[in-house]
Amino acid sequence: MPAGRAISPNPISVRDGDVLVLVGTIKGAFLLRSDRSRRRWDVGGPHFPGQSVYAMAYDDREGRHRIWAAPKSLHWGAELCASDDFGRRWSRPEVPRISFPQASGATLANVWQIEPGLEDEPDRLFVGVEPSALFESRDGGESWFLNEGLWNHPHRPRWMPGGGGLCLHTILTDPARRERLTIATSTGGVYRTDDGGKTWQARNRGIQAEFLKEKDPEFGQCVHKVVRHPSKPERLFLQHHFGLYRSDDGGDTWREAANGVPSDFGFAMAIHPRNTETVYIVPLHSDQFRCPPEGKLRVYRTRDGARSWKPLARGLPQKDCYDTVLRDALAVDGEDPVGVYFGTRDGCLYASRDEGESWSLVAENLPAVTCVRAATVRGRVKARARVPAAKPRTAERRRRRKAA
Amino acid sequence: MPVSFFVPGPLRDFAEGRSRIDLESSPRTLGEALAELGAKYPGVARRVLDERGMMRPHVNLFVGPDCVRFGDGLATPIPEDCEIAILPAVSGG
Repeated sequence: MPAGRAISPNPISVRDGDVLVLVGTIKGAFLLRSDRSRRRWDVGGPHFPGQSVYAMAYDDREGRHRIWAAPKSLHWGAELCASDDFGRRWSRPEVPRISFPQASGATLANVWQIEPGLEDEPDRLFVGVEPSALFESRDGGESWFLNEGLWNHPHRPRWMPGGGGLCLHTILTDPARRERLTIATSTGGVYRTDDGGKTWQARNRGIQAEFLKEKDPEFGQCVHKVVRHPSKPERLFLQHHFGLYRSDDGGDTWREAANGVPSDFGFAMAIHPRNTETVYIVPLHSDQFRCPPEGKLRVYRTRDGARSWKPLARGLPQKDCYDTVLRDALAVDGEDPVGVYFGTRDGCLYASRDEGESWSLVAENLPAVTCVRAATVRGRVKARARVPAAKPRTAERRRRRKAA
Repeated sequence: MPVSFFVPGPLRDFAEGRSRIDLESSPRTLGEALAELGAKYPGVARRVLDERGMMRPHVNLFVGPDCVRFGDGLATPIPEDCEIAILPAVSGG
């Protein structure tokens, strides 16, 4: 990777076996670490202070310990940065990694998703951006190219921006069919390629769009998030602007799956790392309010492939809570029992280390949380970042000088 | 005195830490001046202009005392001995 330019003043110190949580906010990124007990967390950051970070990823393929982050400065634009030492240094190339070709007439507004490719293609990465487009790298993130097939899709001029902008926010690879890639854009809906990105087809059959006049539109749906398990990639779960859906045929058809939730509106969705039937969501009250139903912050979990959903509330605010969880702010780790994490627009980060049964507040008073990712660090960590000793406050320094 | 750029703090990582960059030529327009700046310090120019070569909406460029946003933009003539200031606009939340 290019030499680091941005130096973090507050890094974390990470060891083999630690659990790492990446938190993007509207004013910077934070890195959290814990040992496998996940009882006590060190918080590092803010990285990129003052810049929004809507996308982060941890890439541990081929023994890497690489964190990707996409800071966006209101002044200087969006870029894609990488760190190989847990945020101690971030590489920022002279020319930002992601740029639209001049002929496209577009300019990068934001990066919404960073998705490492399949395990056996360790140099392949994907990025979803605003305005809705897909970029791909085949050399570990050094160079990137625009997916022209999707960019030139005849539907694209008719996609409309949602509240967050016209963003491509979901990228799903398929270990069983490596030429297949599924993406979702708001608004536009789900699109899939089966030929490695040359051609794309809308895959929205069955997803109702109450905000459109057409009853069964081919595209235009406001899909908020789609998840799938790598061992069963044809089964997809989808959180729509209105509605929860499940597909058992790779998105060819969808059927409603809002069975027992207080609202079918929401943004975030995450799937269990081992159980293909277990999915987490955070329902919100209608698109007019977008706060927890009845003022109770609850994660809902299905363990039977969305045939039923159960509220998980122990440890979460259950009275007068008007917080919101955004589309990428819910994540799971790979531990057993699995850890579940989510951040809120009020700057709270909650964690569960028992698959969602109970929750604790890990961090508060952060800027509004835009994305959360979790991973276990495996393998030798070469460069252990040293946390600098905090300077005593001025009065304390004076007192010590006097005493000396 | 050559034509020079004032570089704000957030961009000095891309300008060898310098706050002032003197140009070697005598550019006729702001666009030419930025092209020369970009040839030597692409990290600065690329954050002032987007990939289309347009001025970013929250970055102001001053030729002498005048903000070019209200004038001729990148076609603004550059007088001799002039300082071009790159300043982040007042924006945010």
